[in-house]
Amino acid sequence: MSILECKGLSKHFGAVQALENVDLAIEPGHIVGLLGPNGSGKTTLIKLANGLLTPTSGSITIGGIAPGVQTKSVVSYLPERIALPEWMTAEQAVDYYQDFYADFRRETAEAMIQNLGLNMKQRIKTMSKGTKEKLQLILTMSRDARLFLLDEPIGGVDPATRDYILRTIIGNYNENASIIISTHLISDVEQVLDEVLFLQNGRIVLHDTVDAIRNEKGTSVDALFREVFRC
Amino acid sequence: MEWAFRSDQPIYAQMSRHLSAAIVTGYYSPGQRLPSVRDIAMDAGVNPNTVQRALAELERDGLVFSQRTSGRFVTEDPEKIRSVRETMAKEVIDEFLKAMRKLGIDRKETIAFLEKEEDE
Repeated sequence: MSILECKGLSKHFGAVQALENVDLAIEPGHIVGLLGPNGSGKTTLIKLANGLLTPTSGSITIGGIAPGVQTKSVVSYLPERIALPEWMTAEQAVDYYQDFYADFRRETAEAMIQNLGLNMKQRIKTMSKGTKEKLQLILTMSRDARLFLLDEPIGGVDPATRDYILRTIIGNYNENASIIISTHLISDVEQVLDEVLFLQNGRIVLHDTVDAIRNEKGTSVDALFREVFRC
Repeated sequence: MEWAFRSDQPIYAQMSRHLSAAIVTGYYSPGQRLPSVRDIAMDAGVNPNTVQRALAELERDGLVFSQRTSGRFVTEDPEKIRSVRETMAKEVIDEFLKAMRKLGIDRKETIAFLEKEEDE
């Protein structure tokens, strides 16, 4: 069964049509790139998938169930903005996740915190923007979830850390879980993706595998993106 | 291992060529067990499904074989390795000859160039 399925999914904010009639199925074991220019509906789709928004019409399901309390136990979400209480230390944030999520793997989180040189005792308030992003991503990826929704996960971190993070995503890969990554940094993530979704004005304009795109068009996904969305 | 990928070809195809070269050059020796899909994926920074696909190509070519539980191994058949080595050499030469033709240099002149290069 598809891990994520959308049927005729639309979301309007007043007169703004953020998503329009999206049909989509994501299979387990796939790493999917959610690509599109600003305002194309990427974040809206992610927020619908984790129940932060409700559809205007159509349906979205996670493993056959509408997003809600039940699906939160299998969906791990990285918001586009840091959502951790600033007064906490890294260690307290780890405790917090452990309390909340039965599938949280503390050893994984602690190992990554150490590898990336974060300090367990440091308060989030005093961390740099990049360090906060690293911490949030570590916590998100340390869950044994079925679906990971990563909204712009690598935007604020340096290239070496980006590499480490992508390798972490590969290392945590599990054939029962799917990962959806929304990003503008296509060339950085292209190698780890199975398939890509191009969104434009709330509609899916392309959904294909990276291999097929390179095979048929003879160009990278990054180059195709620049062509499709030329300003 | 050093990995570098071009942007205009599928990664699995580049990866299978890369792994074939590693076997042909003896980086992986006959009968040796290959690293796991995950380890190769982490090392190269690519999707594990891509590695899986590349290894399936190698299996089809007879360069590696899998044993149900213990992983994938390099073939012990020297004939297989030799034939893949030849195919790969032919590909490089074809590419080279094509590039020379683009420069307007014919086969004869190309050979002359090669011999001159050898002397130097």
